[in-house]
Amino acid sequence: MYKYDEIDQQIVDERVTQYRDQTRRYLAGELSEDEFRPLRLQNGLYIQRHAPMLRIAVPYGMLSSRQLRKLGDIAGKYDKGYGHFSTRQNLQLNWPKLEDVPEILAELATVEMHAIQTSGNCIRNITTDQFAGVAPDEMVDPRAMAEIMRQWSTFHPEFALLPRKFKIAVSGTRDDRAVVQMHDIGMEFYKDSDNKLAIKVWVGGGLGRTPILGTVIEAHLEWQHALTYCEAIIRVYNLHGRRDNSYKARIKILVKALGIEEFKRQVEVEWSHLKDAPNTITESELARVSQHFEAMPYEALSANDASFDAAIASNPAFTAWVKRSVHAHKIAGYRAVTLSLKPHGTAPGDATTEQMHVVADLADQYSFGELRVSHEQNLILADVKLSDLFAVWEKARANGLATPNIGLLTDIICCPGGDFCSLANAKSIPIATAIQMQFDNLDYLHDIGDIELNISGCMNACGHHHIGHIGILGVDKDGSEWYQVSIGGSQGNDASLGTVIGPAFSADEMPAVVQKLIDVYIQERTPEERFIDTVRRLGVAPFKAHVYADKSTTKQEVTA
Amino acid sequence: MSNLITLNNGVAAISESEWTIVKLPASQVEERKQAGKVVLFKLTGEKTVSAEQIATAEISSAGKVIVPLSVFIARKAELQDRMTSNQIGVWVDTHEILEDLVSSVSDLNSLPMIAVHVERFADGRIFSLGTLLRSRYGYKNELRAIGDVLRDQLYFLKRSGFTSYLVRADRSATEALASLNDFTNPYQGAVDEPRPVFKRYNRVA
Repeated sequence: MYKYDEIDQQIVDERVTQYRDQTRRYLAGELSEDEFRPLRLQNGLYIQRHAPMLRIAVPYGMLSSRQLRKLGDIAGKYDKGYGHFSTRQNLQLNWPKLEDVPEILAELATVEMHAIQTSGNCIRNITTDQFAGVAPDEMVDPRAMAEIMRQWSTFHPEFALLPRKFKIAVSGTRDDRAVVQMHDIGMEFYKDSDNKLAIKVWVGGGLGRTPILGTVIEAHLEWQHALTYCEAIIRVYNLHGRRDNSYKARIKILVKALGIEEFKRQVEVEWSHLKDAPNTITESELARVSQHFEAMPYEALSANDASFDAAIASNPAFTAWVKRSVHAHKIAGYRAVTLSLKPHGTAPGDATTEQMHVVADLADQYSFGELRVSHEQNLILADVKLSDLFAVWEKARANGLATPNIGLLTDIICCPGGDFCSLANAKSIPIATAIQMQFDNLDYLHDIGDIELNISGCMNACGHHHIGHIGILGVDKDGSEWYQVSIGGSQGNDASLGTVIGPAFSADEMPAVVQKLIDVYIQERTPEERFIDTVRRLGVAPFKAHVYADKSTTKQEVTA
Repeated sequence: MSNLITLNNGVAAISESEWTIVKLPASQVEERKQAGKVVLFKLTGEKTVSAEQIATAEISSAGKVIVPLSVFIARKAELQDRMTSNQIGVWVDTHEILEDLVSSVSDLNSLPMIAVHVERFADGRIFSLGTLLRSRYGYKNELRAIGDVLRDQLYFLKRSGFTSYLVRADRSATEALASLNDFTNPYQGAVDEPRPVFKRYNRVA
């Protein structure tokens, strides 16, 4: 993975100094709340319900074991001994003290980490596929370009205070796992017909209050223009995006208001001036950064391993885990492993200090000292030998990291919700845990098969509920918490937004509602259908009919 | 003490301003000048400043003055002589259209001073306006940030081509000086240093 040189290190060190002084001025009353807010937000610090929340950047989801160990230490020293991995591949601390943040940043800087632009109205952490570099379906490893874009976006002066947050995702696979269509800019890297690196650029996607999938603004952009083309897009947005209403300030609203044709025209006018400007990426820069992402020193292994086969034959629990948590790898004899941060009954995405240390040890011992965070809020060991899987499983299982539910109903994607977040209308974690307990039967979960359930505590949609096969949105009705349910959302190449099935439910109704949705699926599915396929074939109606069959007809509609 | 910071050959110092900013008289009608709606204004021709405001804006008869763009465009004839003696600068609001300024003069560099007024410090359009004035329109003279100008934005203003900064009156410009140098080696090219880091240094992997 990318290693800092003196220039990178100087920038994060200077950031610590800058932020330390900003915090000092705030505490001394020299900066007002309003003035300090964008400064702390651009350093990932929210003021939350109980305490501040600090979001630490994990650029494109890559971590070294040393970094994870430090994150675990920080969670132990400055927080309550755990952290929350988010849908943006970052790590959030829920209980740091505002005055400790400069010290936390100083500790992060010692392991080449920071919290720069993890929040606020600026270009956020750039995300990508958690299997980048090892996925068999990968056409281009997008990590070098992601790193080049990370550097370019860091303190970009022109885009320091945008109308609203700005999220960029990059991917390089046939099957999109980076949800490029739901980002402000999505960059899909591919090799063109001349075998040259090119980018399909999506713009104007996003969830939140107004969920919209992105539109292709440029089907073939040569890679060296990635930065200047983004500058053209973001300049048009910076100048013309709405600033009077934060709910209408994302680029998707501007693209929709102007229409993609007019928006594209304006971008092309800007780009005609920016094309080939000094920020054009050079071959040598791409080569330099790419060296950091070269293939690991893999051993030449056979595609099969006798000890692995024997374990599969004799150990059903191991087999169940392998089936869900182990993924194909482009190198023979290697696999990628997902460590589940979704044990039933705990907050999805949470990891304790001890677990972070265990995962760091596993990475050191079995996966070249590196790991990744997935946007599904799990941790990935990307390069594990087939013959090591059993040992990894045993250690992971002993530490609550081997729930074999990856991609199953209880692998819930969930925001921190009303327990922590001051934006939330409703709690989300208790809903997740109640559903996990309702479906706490692994055979049944495996029978239900591939399904994605997403929960957001408000319409800001940090839990990406719009693209959940089942999406749950917390809404506020006269001061009490209700949950609106949608089905039919999906990420990936055939991304779609879910449809709301009807009036909202109370928290205690939710496990039964999900149960009823699953019952309809089990009854109606064809042998090869996943939940999402059945929903797409039958539409919402039969699900809605069953869920509301015995509900009082006087129930009022609750809308978000 | 003056609250103006000026940058001369990269060296920042507090200095006295020779320029007086001409303000528009308060409007009688509710102002509507938000971003995004600018697009709408262009389509509908709706104006953000009334003819009366333009006509009654008070321009002192001597000394260097920075006049609002709308006043400059409408009353250029009466300012013509003072323009030739470099007494007239123009300020634009962040929602205004730079092309209107550019097309109002035969040579942008005939203006010794352009200022951009930022109403709220968090309005980042000012950075794009500075960048465009310098890189697109080739403006070479003094470019000043006025309005809600605070120290934590100075570094970005400098990188976006601004060479003087009128810090908000209730804040210390002297203390703000330090923030111009928050970072030594920026990653990306911008107005003050167009080359990105990978074209300035031979970075090795």
